[in-house]
Amino acid sequence: MSSDHDNNNKLIMMVWSALLILTVVEVLLAYQSLSVTLMLGLLLLLSFGKTGLIVAYFMHLRYERSSLVLTIIPAVAFCIAMMFIVFPDGLRLLEFRQ
Amino acid sequence: MAEVVSDTRVSAWGGGGSPYAVSSNKLGMWLFLMSDTLTFTAFLIAYSYLRLSNVEWPRPFGGFNIFMATVMTFCLLSSSLTMVLAVAAAKRQEMRRAVIWIMATITGGLLFMILHINEWLELIHEGVTPFGNPWGVPLFGASFFTLTGLHMTHVTGGVVYLAIVAYGLGKGKYNADDVEVSGLYWHFVDLVWMFIFPMVYLLSNQM
Repeated sequence: MSSDHDNNNKLIMMVWSALLILTVVEVLLAYQSLSVTLMLGLLLLLSFGKTGLIVAYFMHLRYERSSLVLTIIPAVAFCIAMMFIVFPDGLRLLEFRQ
Repeated sequence: MAEVVSDTRVSAWGGGGSPYAVSSNKLGMWLFLMSDTLTFTAFLIAYSYLRLSNVEWPRPFGGFNIFMATVMTFCLLSSSLTMVLAVAAAKRQEMRRAVIWIMATITGGLLFMILHINEWLELIHEGVTPFGNPWGVPLFGASFFTLTGLHMTHVTGGVVYLAIVAYGLGKGKYNADDVEVSGLYWHFVDLVWMFIFPMVYLLSNQM
């Protein structure tokens, strides 16, 4: 029981360290001269990685029954994807203003 | 045939069973967090849409601002860690230790709030308000303060929520399950900042 507890603490500390390292990588990335699109893509990729770690280990979703995971994740992902519908309009506005 | 039907009823949806195997409090918190995710997504997408459609979007954050925002990220990530430790202690029925870890979490949240308010005051001092700024793009202030303000409201609410849970836990009014549900909320506040930090701060640094 006690070694189980120690293992769990070790895992949580590893997840926390990974989150800090990913944050530092993001900050260093922000000072590279990349195009805004590429930078946004890379930053979002890292952020979704961090979100995955937080949801899976801190929020414990990895250890929940898959019925709960399958209720939460696809519905949220679908609704977020639907909101991307505004971006073509944003690009159109940009062309008008230039 | 009739037997099969009754078996189906007993197994999951006939009442008494718990298809998700979580308490109703926890399911309720997950449902709230799903809807809150969409609220924050709408704000983040509104910010991105406005930035995309404005040619001269300001980049007001210098090295010091980025450094402070990184420290704020560290505060939230560490407070999430102490919250995990609080939940683990409560699960082992070590309630005194759980209260101490929740206090540490509240400290992280308060530190984040102080740094954030300080940053807002500095921006307001430079003339960046929700209604205008020196660069002539008032939408920057409007979207920035709405987004970070909504997040700040969540952090403030979370600190109050955790304080109530810690008090109730000390009195023996709440149990480990309540600590876990408050932990879910706190991790969500941390999670939202993981998107505000890169999209608002890192993409607006002065190169």
